Amino acid sequence: MGNKENYVIEMLNITKEFPGIKANDNVTLQLKKGEIHALLGENGAGKSTLMSVLFGLYQPEEGTIKKDGKVIKINSPNDANALNIGMVHQHFKLVECFTVLDNIILGVEPNKLGFLQKDEARKKVMKLSEKYKLKIDPDALISDISVGMQQRVEILKMLYRDNDILIFDEPTAVLTPQEIDELMNIMRDFTKEGKSIIFITHKLNEIMAVADRCTVLRKGKGIGTVEIKNTTKEELSKMMVGRNVKFTVDKKDIIPGKVIFKVNNLTVPSKVHKNNAVKNVSFEVRKGEIVCIAGIDGNGQTELVSALTGLQKVSGGTIEFLGHDITKAKIRNRSKLGMSHIPEDRHKHGLILDYTLEENLILQRYWEPEFEKAGFIKKKEVRRYAEKLIKEYDIRSGEGPVSIVRGMSGGNQQKAIVAREIDKDPELLVAVQPTRGLDVGAIEYIHEQLVEQRDKGKAVLLISLELDEVMNLSDRILVIYEGEIVGELNPKKTTLSELGLYMAGANRNKSKEADKNENK
Amino acid sequence: MTIEMLGDILGSTIIFAIPLMLVALGGMFSERSGVINIALEGIMIIGALIGCLVLRTFNLSGFGPAHPIIAMLITIGISALAGAVFSLLLAFAAINLKADQTIGGTALNMLAPAFAVVLSWAIQGQGNTVINIPTWIRMTESTFGLAEGTGFWHNLIFKSLYLTTPIALVILLISIIILYKTKFGLRLRACGEHPQAAASVGINVYKMRYAGVIISGILGGIGGMAYTIAAGAGFQSSVAGYGFLALAVMIFGNWKPVSIFFASMFFAFFKILGNYSGSLSFLPQFENIKDSNYIYLMIPYIVTLIVLVLTSKKSAAPKAEGIPYDKGQR
Repeated sequence: MGNKENYVIEMLNITKEFPGIKANDNVTLQLKKGEIHALLGENGAGKSTLMSVLFGLYQPEEGTIKKDGKVIKINSPNDANALNIGMVHQHFKLVECFTVLDNIILGVEPNKLGFLQKDEARKKVMKLSEKYKLKIDPDALISDISVGMQQRVEILKMLYRDNDILIFDEPTAVLTPQEIDELMNIMRDFTKEGKSIIFITHKLNEIMAVADRCTVLRKGKGIGTVEIKNTTKEELSKMMVGRNVKFTVDKKDIIPGKVIFKVNNLTVPSKVHKNNAVKNVSFEVRKGEIVCIAGIDGNGQTELVSALTGLQKVSGGTIEFLGHDITKAKIRNRSKLGMSHIPEDRHKHGLILDYTLEENLILQRYWEPEFEKAGFIKKKEVRRYAEKLIKEYDIRSGEGPVSIVRGMSGGNQQKAIVAREIDKDPELLVAVQPTRGLDVGAIEYIHEQLVEQRDKGKAVLLISLELDEVMNLSDRILVIYEGEIVGELNPKKTTLSELGLYMAGANRNKSKEADKNENK
Repeated sequence: MTIEMLGDILGSTIIFAIPLMLVALGGMFSERSGVINIALEGIMIIGALIGCLVLRTFNLSGFGPAHPIIAMLITIGISALAGAVFSLLLAFAAINLKADQTIGGTALNMLAPAFAVVLSWAIQGQGNTVINIPTWIRMTESTFGLAEGTGFWHNLIFKSLYLTTPIALVILLISIIILYKTKFGLRLRACGEHPQAAASVGINVYKMRYAGVIISGILGGIGGMAYTIAAGAGFQSSVAGYGFLALAVMIFGNWKPVSIFFASMFFAFFKILGNYSGSLSFLPQFENIKDSNYIYLMIPYIVTLIVLVLTSKKSAAPKAEGIPYDKGQR
């Protein structure tokens, strides 16, 4: 090899433009053989675009890609595959109604005259599964297995294709802490065999734990590549954001007031399967506290929130709010009573994307006398109110109050929702994954807003999948697993790994037994 | 009711189930690839139109009566080809132009009968809409060198046997094998469920969807021919809504070939029950109502509605059907 540094993949001066934006601007990334190379950047920094270029999904306008020192051209995922480049996508590319085995062989099916030879495939898959301790059930349907196992299927897909350059796109977002540790061990095992890994993430802890080197992107530009052993978390975050970032939220100690929100034995049917998604859940929220419902995605959080906010009917139990039974109350009545809701899916339930910003800001109040007279909207008042919120909450958009919301960035869309919901001066704020998909700056801002609500003596119910957020913000943590509350933890006394065990359902029986003992 | 009559009813059920099954299988291939094919009705009409014109030519030239089986085989092949060519219009609109598949299909359904009338008149003369079907296409015992029979088995098998029936049964078997046992089937199903996943492992989604639609055109074309033969009164620029009924059969059959076979038998049975309602003494006759046989003729369509209401909840429709695939989308 003529290459002194022994790079397996070099992406040199890559520029990729989309209409109106340079997603990658002269970015260089060099991957050494047998290393774990982290690719760090905020949302929209261009990480996924860069990897899509390497995987053949996009063609760059400028720049060259080299493999083992030779210039190559990657026009499609097929080319990438032929070069032994494999990728675990952030949103898994699995066919839900296919078996695990079918998903692994799809595209490279062993066949005789077009007829599938599944036995041969099965042997190879099981051998790989054993060798790398990637436990799977080859005959299970994807829709029936856990997210963790789905990820193992994606990894096996790459191994089945004998890929030795592995791209992991945000692989830890959907995993429990235990699963994350497992994944990191697997990644280390791969590098021992000489495979090379590109690890896309915005979580600094993970980079510090597992990566050898790290390339940082900011707003499409390559900021630099550093050796992990010579750097710190703070330095990396500064490279990523361009300024110093606080990792913890300042929170005063306050004593919570009286209970204003009470859920008794709530049961909610599932929309997808026959069983109940939420089973017999009871909890309370008091004034001046942030209660967090933690859990892995898909354990009933969505249904629970839908029931609390009135989007879905309950099949049993009651919900009390400020002394009123609101189990069957209409959404508007709940809102009038003082409930605010920052929804999980801001595009589906939070905003009308093709309306203007000002129209979105009065969605829940347009009928109030302040904004309406005899059925007509008072345009002037609306404009004045919108301008006030835009200023107070620093919502940035192209044309101010008349910007179409669809064209705004995710962070600013979320700020608009937060502004609308908090400005109603609610007694209870239900915030569902309020920082999902946002960059560090916006996350910081939204966290501050939530804490401010709490400090003002309001109640906050936070539903989150991000463990750091859960640990940092909440005063009490309720863990939800398969639709049941399996534990209540104090964030000051618990650890991430204990929380993780609860989230994975491992402590479920323990807590039940504890309940029984207490009842005796 | 005699045993002969039972044979008669079952035999007629089969002859009407065949076109339903063929067309529903066609729809299945198209939808499994991700394209909603509402144009089945139109494809059937085109298949039947071209097929009947070919039969007419064979009949006039004398080739048909002399070699009925070969003539019929060629006719079926040409019907299939016509259906496939017509379906390309849908494929182009739905796959390349990313048009709304329902509207594209509806447009083709409106085009087909009009085109059929024009072509029938152009060939047979102004006002002659009906293209008659020659009688020599029917297969009897003598075709196989057997003696002319009577009774249950005769009625069940030979009373109305056409080459389309055995061909359709072979197509059913081949469909099962292709869909579940081959590389092509696996890839086709992946494109209808999650085209981005298919593309990420290097499958050409556009190609697979073209394949799905063209197969539906082939089966729809043959199905149109099979329907026209079964209906018996010649081709009149229409297949009486059988294309839509086939869509219902496909949904009732949950996009699975074996279930589609049983679903088509089920629907055909009710259709035949309507035809025989006058002669089956155990059925209520609604004597106070004028033309009460219409009540029975409504049955297959009413049953369709009821069945769809009952089964639509647990339907296993391909997830990505109806959504144009766009390479750039992630």
